[in-house]
Formats: sequence, C-alpha cells, structure tokens
Amino acid sequence: MTAIPLGTPRRLLEFTLDGEPVRAPEGSTVLDACRSAGKDVPTLCQGDTLTPKNACRVCVVEVEGARTLVAACSREAEEGMRVRTDTERARHSRRIVLELLASSVDLSTTPRVAEWIEEYGAEPDRFGPDAARVDEEPRIDNTLYVRDYGKCILCYKCVDACGGQWQNSFAISVSGRGFDARIAVEHDAPLTDSACVYCGNCIEVCPTGALSFRSEFDMREAGTWDESAQTATTTVCAYCGVGCNLTLHVQDNEIVKVTSPHDNPVTHGNLCIKGRFGYQHVQNRD
Amino acid sequence: MDLHFGDSKPSDEERAAVDALLGPPESSWEGADRSDADLRWARGGREARARRDLLLPGLHAVNDRIGWISEGALTYLCRRLTVPPAEAYGVATFYAMFSVKPRPATVLHVCTDLACMVAGAPELCEGVESRLGPGSGVSVERGPCLGLCERAPAALAVRAGDPVRTAVAAPATVERAVLAAGAPGSAAGEPPAARALPQAGDPSLVLLGRVGVVDPADLDDYRAHGGYTALRRAFALGPAGVVREVTDSGLVGRGGAAFPTGRKWQATASRPETPHYLVCNADESEPGTFKDRVVMEGDPYALVEAMTVAGYAIGAHRGYLYLRGEYPRALRRMEHAIGQARARGLLGDDVLGQGYAFDIEIRRGAGAYICGEETALFNSIEGYRGEPRSKPPFPVERGLFGGPTAENNVETLVNVLPVLTMGAQAYAAIGTPGSTGPKLYCVSGSVARPGVYELPFGAALGELLELAGVREGLRAVLLGGAAGGFVRPDELDVPLTFEGTREAGTTLGSGVVMAFDGTVPLPRLLLRIAAFFRDESCGQCVPCRVGTVRQEEALHRIAERTGAAAADDVALLRGVGRAMRDASICGLGQTAWNAVESAIDRLGAYE
Repeated sequence: MTAIPLGTPRRLLEFTLDGEPVRAPEGSTVLDACRSAGKDVPTLCQGDTLTPKNACRVCVVEVEGARTLVAACSREAEEGMRVRTDTERARHSRRIVLELLASSVDLSTTPRVAEWIEEYGAEPDRFGPDAARVDEEPRIDNTLYVRDYGKCILCYKCVDACGGQWQNSFAISVSGRGFDARIAVEHDAPLTDSACVYCGNCIEVCPTGALSFRSEFDMREAGTWDESAQTATTTVCAYCGVGCNLTLHVQDNEIVKVTSPHDNPVTHGNLCIKGRFGYQHVQNRD
Repeated sequence: MDLHFGDSKPSDEERAAVDALLGPPESSWEGADRSDADLRWARGGREARARRDLLLPGLHAVNDRIGWISEGALTYLCRRLTVPPAEAYGVATFYAMFSVKPRPATVLHVCTDLACMVAGAPELCEGVESRLGPGSGVSVERGPCLGLCERAPAALAVRAGDPVRTAVAAPATVERAVLAAGAPGSAAGEPPAARALPQAGDPSLVLLGRVGVVDPADLDDYRAHGGYTALRRAFALGPAGVVREVTDSGLVGRGGAAFPTGRKWQATASRPETPHYLVCNADESEPGTFKDRVVMEGDPYALVEAMTVAGYAIGAHRGYLYLRGEYPRALRRMEHAIGQARARGLLGDDVLGQGYAFDIEIRRGAGAYICGEETALFNSIEGYRGEPRSKPPFPVERGLFGGPTAENNVETLVNVLPVLTMGAQAYAAIGTPGSTGPKLYCVSGSVARPGVYELPFGAALGELLELAGVREGLRAVLLGGAAGGFVRPDELDVPLTFEGTREAGTTLGSGVVMAFDGTVPLPRLLLRIAAFFRDESCGQCVPCRVGTVRQEEALHRIAERTGAAAADDVALLRGVGRAMRDASICGLGQTAWNAVESAIDRLGAYE
C-alpha cells in the first residue's frame, strides 16, 4: 500500500500454491502471494488502499481443509497452507459469480470484466430475459458527480473510503437488504442534502464506473469519451502546501478528470474537493 | 469526526421516546437547547460514540412509540449517539420490523411460512386484508415465520404507543386476527407455554421438566424445583472445572452447527484479552423453530441460571441475550426473570455472595433471520447492519465489541444445567456416543399433536412422528427447517443424531421436523423457501444476493413443469446452488439451496 517500504522485516511463511512451494511475508494475504507468484486471480471489490471487504467473491480459491471456498483477498496466508487457485470448483464459482453480476447490473464500464467473462465461459444471458436487474436511472443531482446504481456491484469500497478508512465523512452507507440493498446517503436524499463533502474519493475507488465525474458521464452520453486519446500527467496540486499529487487526464487539451496515484505516500489516492474538482481555472482561457 | 445531521426536527413524542431510553440530553451538542457552557465545551465525541450499541434499542424506542421512524427522529437519535445519519439509515432500513415511511400505528404481521401456509395462511391473509383494507388504521404485513408453528396459522398485532401493545392470534381465524389488531391491549391472552408440550407432565423430561410445572414469574418456585443447584455446583467446581465438566459431557451446540460447547468455552476462557463476553442467541428465526420461545416462556429462570454458569466458566461479566423481536411474551418473561434475579443477588456485582460479578442485558432483534448468524448478531448488537463478518478471526478470539466471545443458543445453554446437576458422565450416558444428551424437536405440519418434543438423541424419526401422531398420506418430512433438507416417508428409520442424519445424507439442523402430507403441493413449498431466502439475504455477497433471486426465478419457471421441460432450469439451479454453497460468506447463502436440492434429489420434485 505504501510506496515507502519501511518497517521491521517480517517473517516469511512457507506454503504451497498450486503445488509449488512459495514464501510470503507474515500478514500478507493469499491474493498478495498469488500476485507475487504471477498468478492472475480476478478481483472486483478488492481495493489496493482499503481493507478487504470480500463481498464480490470473484477471487475465491480452494484451501485444503476448508469446507467452503475462501476469498483470496482477505484470507491471510498461513504456514503450511495448501492453496489451489485454478481448480474446477473455484473456476465454477467464479463463473457463476460473474454471470450473476453481469445479469443483474451493467458492467460495460468495469475494467477487465469482459476478458474474465470470456476466460471463464460465463453466459449472463442464460437466466432468461426476465431475470431481475438493477435498472435504475443515473442520479444527477449536482454538477460534480453522477451516481449510476445500475452499474453498482455493492462492493462497499465507496462506503469504506467515505467512512472510517479515509475521509471520515460517513456520508454514504448501504441501505435496504438483499437484492434491494443500495448505496445511499441518509434518507436516500439527493447528494446535495447529505453529509457529502465532494472529495470524490468514492469515485477514485469505484471499480465499475457506477460513480463517475459529471464530465466523464456527460462525455460518455455524448459519445465523445475516448480513453485512448487521453494523456495522464501527474503533477503537484497548487492549492495548498500539503503536496498532494494530481494526475490530470486530458483529452483534446481539456482536463476531463483528476485522479491521484494510489502509491503516493501523502494521499494514497485521496484528494479534497479542490484538488479533485477545482481544475476549471486551469483551462479558463478568457 | 465532523458529522452533518441536517435540520430535520423530531416531534415531541419522538424526542420523548429517545429520551426515555437515553435520558435527557445534556448539551446542545446532543440536541438540547443551547446554554452558555456549550460555547466552550464540546460534549459527545468518543464518550457518546461508545454508546453506539444503543442505536438498535433507540430505533426500537421510536418504532414502538410512533410505529415508524421519521427523518427527524432518526436525526435526533444520531445526534444523541454521535452516529452518522447515513449509517443509522442503513441500519434502520435493514430490519423488517422498522419502517422509515409513515404507516399506521397498528401493524398486523401474518405468517406465511411453511407450517402456517399448510394450515391456511393464504386464505387468512386474503380474509384479513379484505377486512382491514386501507383506512382501517392497520397495516397488514405478510411475513416470515413467527415461531408459533404449533398453533398455525399465526398472526401478531403490534400497536405503537406508550407502552407498545402486542397481541398474538394463533391459531388465527380472520375474526380473531382482526380482533387482535383492533384492540391489542384487551385481546384474549395466549395459552400457557406448556400447551406447546404434548409430553407435559412426563417425569423423564430433562430439559422441559419444569415447563408447565413452575410458575415462570416466581423465582422461589424455580428454586423449589431444583433451580440454582447447577450454579452452586459451578461455584464449587470453579471455572476450569465447569469447562471440564461440559467438555466431558460431550455437549455440542444445538443451533445447527454442532460445535463442541466445551471446546468453545475453553478457547474463550483462555484468551488473554479482556473483557470476555457471553452471548445467548435467542434469535431463532428458522422457519418451523419455536423451542427456544417455549423454554423462555415456560422456564425463564433456567436460561438466566445457565447464562450465569456459562459466563462464570468463560470469565465474562456481561452476557447479552439477543431475543427475537417477534417474541413479545418471551421478552416480558425474560425481562421479569432477569429483574428478579438481580434483585435477589443472583445477578449483579456479587452473584450468590461468591464475589463473581455477572449481569445480563437483553437486546431485541428487529426482524432479520440473518442476525441468527453469530457474527451478524455481534454487528446487530453493536449498532451496525446485521451483516456477517468473515471468519477467521473466530468469535472466541474477536467477537462482540472485539473481545473474546462465546455464543450459544438457548437450547445449548439450558443443557448445561443437567450437565452440572447430574454430572458429565450421567449426562453423556443419555443419547449415543456421538450425540450425547437430550434433544428438543419442533414438530409441526401434518401431525395431530404439533409441539416441542424432548427425546434422547438416537430415537428414530419415525418414533418422533408417531409420538406426534403423523397423519395418513405422509409425502415428505423437512428436517432442519428451510436451511435443512427433505426426507422421504420410506426413510423414517433414520436415527435422529448428528452422525446418523449425516450418514443418511441429510442434517438435523436446529431440530425442526415438519411433516407434509400429499395435499401439500411440493413446488409451492419450494417457492416459499426460495422466497424466504431471497427476502432474508443481507445482500453483502454476490452469490447469495443475486443467487437467491435467480433460484426463486427458476423455481417460478418450473412450478408447473416436470421432466425434460424442467431439466434446463434444474441444471441451472444446480450450478447456481453449488456456487452459493461454495462461495457465500455465511451459512445463509451456503444453505439456501439445501432444501430445494433435497426435494429434487430425494423426492423427485420435478420428475
């Protein structure tokens, strides 16, 4: 998580991953070990700056002795553990989870998901045309961002980023239950009536595009959003002396959105309203 | 933390409901009028946040008084407890018994679950709804099992006010349900708890011996019938001795998971972190289960004593009794018993003069099956959404409020009393070597004498059904409730033990035995089970949140089909069911496909 690898050296644990012996520092997760070993375990709700919530269950692996499959993102590696990442059982669950998700929400702006759907042979259409979907109109109630719950997979990352893990605004939570559970502010009100401080850190962590910059949303609607034509330039925010890094995404000489590098030790990807949204003065050429 | 509360104001009534629970606010920081002192002094912060666990009682207070929870009431409660309103809104909308939209002060909950469905719940609902249409001042809500299966069909009326009034109509006719909703305060009382025990008076009963014999409101009567001898023996043995005795007895958890109780206690007792907690899971919400209710209504002091013994054994000074929100009589009886025990020095700073401090706090559930899952129950008590936590860490290491916690259900705890009074060896001699002791069963459905039965482990399913008077034309028996599995009428020799049912490819679960005769359409039962899981899924993980919806959809498609016409959807059910069992976070998603699978495989439901 941090870019400065300081701290006391950690004991190395030995265990087997797909039959191969591997070593991982104490406290690392099975997913960390998989990634160091070059294995591509799909993840959706896992966030590099957040405590694992293990809600999406797409990273499940088989651990010998466990009755059920285990979420690789949250299970800490243990000495002597035997983990298998690519068994028929694990692949079956991943495939079904991808089908369940893709049949219920719009994953068109979720990175890599199309690739996984193909890799696991998922067929989201097989639940029939009447399968329940989260078909909700995007909520556009302010000029900075759009909430499109039709794309939300309920990964809880925005809740964690807004709450105790980063922003401490606690403006959003999950409301309701089961298939009717939704991310919501208090009383399901417009964002403008809520505790939101418009830091945009929820957009930063959203894995599906359910939360997006108004600028990106409008350009996608207009068909002018073109990531391949964008450049990303990382610079220092000029508003105050903290020294947050901003990555300016520029298309056709216009800043279209601002992100922040997750490995930056100052921000860990978080910004305030000014750094995230206060860029219009840069391109005000009058 | 700079919380934003908005400017919704509570009504005087709402404010009074919250203040009755929390006491009047002391400063403007928590909703009082501003005083000069407030300009220099901030109240709240960490001190108030430490009371977050009063959020659920606070929501109950408002819901009980007003009937629903308005923006102003929620905002005021949040201000008092320093809880972010978005989180409190998430909690309030999680529970079925709360409403954040206006509704009439009287709510009539009509059970539509399996036993009631068989006993005519659909007709009851229609009749009640047509009599109590809009404008009647009663909101009729069809809902899951009310735990009154021996008196099916059942309805529960709740009228908000100060105090809140409740009335149970079971067995309910349209007439009686409407009467209960019309005047919950003066409706006819419920029959005594012992009426749920067809074996009442049988001297061989170990766990249920006192139900119907003692006065549930009289502590002296309880003591005259052997009460508090187990606690005295516990003090004589010391905590380690109690754990040893329970371990030697072979007692395993009766909630369905069958984990050895002694091992759980040992693991909790040996943790260095303090404080330790005891949690009694009295949230039995498995459709078809009502044994814990009968024990709490008929022999409440037994549970108080058993919790004290358990707390002593694991080194806890506080026990939480998490009681189903749908059990008003059990709540009243337990509140009374705990109060009496406290007044007589059997709870409090110096239990029985032994220098051991222990007290019990009751927490009411609010209509969420998932809160029976042990970690979801911790979240619920702590004032969070009742979503399960991922394990490890296990509760014995990090449970309630992050402390080492032993959680046992009512039946498990009540078993501790005979373990101590008769001794581990004598207790272990009851039942079979693999499943020791007596076991409670909740028998309902197509039987002549539904109710709670106590038999030593090892009796055959057929023997139990014979006791209950099974009717002609038995088609199927559901073992273990909605999360359990069906068995066929030709399998009635399956021994009722954990190992015996496992060998037979089914489960004992929580001890539910529901008999269905040929008049009950199987696909309708399965649809009800699927709807139950879809309703009760917390929604946290994908396999359960979406899987339960897809399961119900497929069952709807094949409700009228068999053979090749159903084959595609049966295959789809199998695929989704396997992933739900393998990849869900908790037991709810992992078992949501059990009953349907067993109906397909063992009963040939769609052949």
